[in-house]
Amino acid sequence: MRLNRIGYLIREGFRSIGTHAFMSFASVTIIMACLIIMGSVSLLSLNIDEIIGGLESQNEVVAFVDEGYTDEQAAALEEKIASTDNVSLVDFVPREEAMENFMGNYDSSMREYIDVSVFRHRYVIHMEDISQMEDTVAELREIPGVVKVNAHVDYANAFISIRNIVSVVSLILIVVLAFVSVFIMTNTIKLATYGRREEIAIQKMVGATNHFIRMPFIIEGLTLGLLGGILAYFAELGLYAGLTRRLMESLANSFITIVPFSRVSTTVLVAFVASGVLVGVFGSLNAIRNYLKV
Amino acid sequence: MVVMKNVSMVYPTSDTPALYDINLNINEGDFVFLVGASGSGKTTMIRLLTGELKPSSGEIIVNDYDMTKLKRSKLAKVRRTLGVVFQDFRLIEDMTVYDNVAFAMRVVGASSRQIRNRVPYVLDLVGLSGREDRFPRELSGGEQQRVAVARALVNNPRMIIADEPTGNLDPVKSLELMLLLEKINDLGTTLLVVTHEKELVNAFTKRVVTIDKGHIVRDGMDGYYSYEA
Repeated sequence: MRLNRIGYLIREGFRSIGTHAFMSFASVTIIMACLIIMGSVSLLSLNIDEIIGGLESQNEVVAFVDEGYTDEQAAALEEKIASTDNVSLVDFVPREEAMENFMGNYDSSMREYIDVSVFRHRYVIHMEDISQMEDTVAELREIPGVVKVNAHVDYANAFISIRNIVSVVSLILIVVLAFVSVFIMTNTIKLATYGRREEIAIQKMVGATNHFIRMPFIIEGLTLGLLGGILAYFAELGLYAGLTRRLMESLANSFITIVPFSRVSTTVLVAFVASGVLVGVFGSLNAIRNYLKV
Repeated sequence: MVVMKNVSMVYPTSDTPALYDINLNINEGDFVFLVGASGSGKTTMIRLLTGELKPSSGEIIVNDYDMTKLKRSKLAKVRRTLGVVFQDFRLIEDMTVYDNVAFAMRVVGASSRQIRNRVPYVLDLVGLSGREDRFPRELSGGEQQRVAVARALVNNPRMIIADEPTGNLDPVKSLELMLLLEKINDLGTTLLVVTHEKELVNAFTKRVVTIDKGHIVRDGMDGYYSYEA
């Protein structure tokens, strides 16, 4: 294809955006709206996942050491516990520290009645994957010197169930929204190209190839999709920043933290631009498909 | 140029054939009127010749292309050897006269230089010099049809098919347009003009093919519009 022909087709794509300004505006707006809705649901899902992840990490297991073990023998168990599968963090708590922690909750007069020997050396253990908690606890119990393991397996299972439900609901929502968005966007583009079916028929009649006819539509769809994607990104950024600021003010003292937009900004930009461009181009091609059968 | 051998056409939505066993030859440089009442099969014939439809049976050759075997992707090649003029002009409203004509050249890959040389020549030939920058809505019906003729002519086609080209014009403009088409034919382009305007056909001494209910009922060189064989 000669350069002047490529130049002509690109100019035609842009000319068409200008001459059908209202429909171009409608296409960009619809692309933007759909991307913002999908993006917001995805970000909400990500935040819920993060909060659940945070709660999971606080779900710790305590392994108690045999009372007959000396301080050195008890401390030496750390290596064996740390090497157990799925253990991510091990913190040795000597009986003295355990007593201090316990006493922190009561009046100091209690010290007179409780001796440090009542407390056992212990290990506070965190796990990588709490869905494997039962197996890990069973392994820990097998270690010589570990006499008891306290674990809230029921809590862990509850977190896993919540996370699974959130993941499935989010996935279904995103897939449904994606279908609805593609449907709305392609129909808007179809409406935009409907008025040009006569022009396409004339092009066909004077001997234009389908490739030649499609090219300006591809350029138009690509430009509108790109524009919709970029605008949706900035709108999402503003929306998220505003919402985050308000939430952080009211959640200042809570354990809930919100994923900063900077952490996902590149992913959001790439996803929005790619989705916008894909929908724009395929929407345009799909819209003119029937008009090419002349 | 055009050969139709035993061509029949039945639309999928109808039991009655639109065309029955049509045999027709149009040679290089011919000027042929295709006449007949509404619904006689004229438009079906044109759509077969331009490749919009494939016949149910028979063979059609247009400018050396076998239309019955031609793949859809190759249709553009045949259409570049044809110029088509419609009753409703079919101009692009947001393009100027110049661009409407130049557009047909761009479609076939002509260079900017070729377009700059050829378009003014063709516009002059159809009597539209000085109107290059007008938009279709700023022109009369006759002028719009001249733009359509210029567009059909600009790629130097071997044949022009004009489908009811005078249908939207008054008698004077119709005659002027027919004289223009005759002039184009004199320059060597084959013309197939579809019409049902008796007076206009009778004003020219050309070959007249009459079609009725899907049959060719008359093919005469006497320039006379009649249903009688």
